Amino acid sequence: MNAQSVLATGGEEFKAPGPELFDFPPLFEGAPTWLTKPTVFAVFGALVVCAVFWSAFGNPKLVPRGMQNIGEMGYIFVRDQIGRPFLGKNTEQWMPVLMSLFFLIWMWNIFAVIPVIQFPIASHIAFPAVLAIAVYFIKVYLGIKNQGPVKYFTNLIPAGLPKPIYVLLVPIEYLSTFILAPFTHAVRLFANMFAGHMILAFFSLVGFWFIFEKPTALGFGVGIIGVIMTCLMTAFEMFIQFLQAFLFTMLAAMYIQSGLEAEH
Amino acid sequence: MITAASVLAAEENNPLIPHTYELVIGIFSFLVVVIVVGKILTPRIQKTLEERTEAIEGGLKRAEEVQEQARQTLEQYKAREKDAALEASNLRKKAEEQGAQIIAEAREQAQAEANRIVEAAKAQIEAERQQALQSLRAEIGAMSVELAGRVVGESLEDSARQSRVVDRFLEELEERARTQEQITS
Repeated sequence: MNAQSVLATGGEEFKAPGPELFDFPPLFEGAPTWLTKPTVFAVFGALVVCAVFWSAFGNPKLVPRGMQNIGEMGYIFVRDQIGRPFLGKNTEQWMPVLMSLFFLIWMWNIFAVIPVIQFPIASHIAFPAVLAIAVYFIKVYLGIKNQGPVKYFTNLIPAGLPKPIYVLLVPIEYLSTFILAPFTHAVRLFANMFAGHMILAFFSLVGFWFIFEKPTALGFGVGIIGVIMTCLMTAFEMFIQFLQAFLFTMLAAMYIQSGLEAEH
Repeated sequence: MITAASVLAAEENNPLIPHTYELVIGIFSFLVVVIVVGKILTPRIQKTLEERTEAIEGGLKRAEEVQEQARQTLEQYKAREKDAALEASNLRKKAEEQGAQIIAEAREQAQAEANRIVEAAKAQIEAERQQALQSLRAEIGAMSVELAGRVVGESLEDSARQSRVVDRFLEELEERARTQEQITS
């Protein structure tokens, strides 16, 4: 779709897709500016996650059948691989947040390789940012609530170091905990999805351009390579989509735990 | 011109600057998922998993209890069987002893009875023998006198002489019989 819009410019030269891949006009003439493809599919993704888990856990049975088995696999994965290593005995209480984060992000990421949709929602920074900010607020709120409004901030600084070290350590620690952590939390997911989408778009455009648009004897081989790379990168992207959802949720669990209990 | 336009567009849409409406949509989407999946559905599956754990643990515990019960019953049965075997062996021993005693008594009685019968028979035989002997003595006496009378051809009216002769003859007979008995015995 975007490839076609690039091609429609009528250039004779092959031109690699750029950041304009991520610009979407309103869905139709006269629609409000906020009604774009990313926003529609962001909500759609949320609804799909709700529907899938409703079919799994809407009426859970002691002896699971069908969707409940799949849902339980997901629940147990999040609980044992993400929750327990970081939250320990607090896992059960925070599972609602972890479940929501992991499956919403994964669904948004999966949209990158689903035909017709073919767009990772998280490649628009607003979506990862919202989630990272939510986790950030939870972290700070829990820290102040559980460790005290002063203690939380002093707990972050390890005691017993030589005085001059604190001159360096205190700013770095606060900078990393309160400014860099939420920023990298969001940007890590955003950048991965952004880059992945660019790579997929690039290779599929190479294939499309050299096989269909401007087929030449020399270019044909390049086109074939483009198609093969598109397939390989799609598989790789699917792995990255899962990995990034996993990482984002894992970091969320880590941050929540850092608010619940002092690390040092 | 194209490049200029795209550069302008890229500047307008810096990918690191979020659109406000996307932030709102993001919050909305996340809230929907948190409410439906987090608040409504996750507690349900947590409850179900807990119940399942309880059911399995309860089942295991019940199975253990039943096994323990079975083990106890088996032990009881074994103990009872042992008692029964002991009792049976005791009874058998007693019965054997009693049987042996009964047999011994019966044998003793039979022996006594046999002895008694033998004694009685002996006495009767002796009596009959005496009786026979006496009647024979008289008969043989008369017969032998008559025979002797006839052989000798003399009348033996004198009773005294007669009886002396007979007695002497009989004594000889008895003597003969005794020697015969001694030989046979």
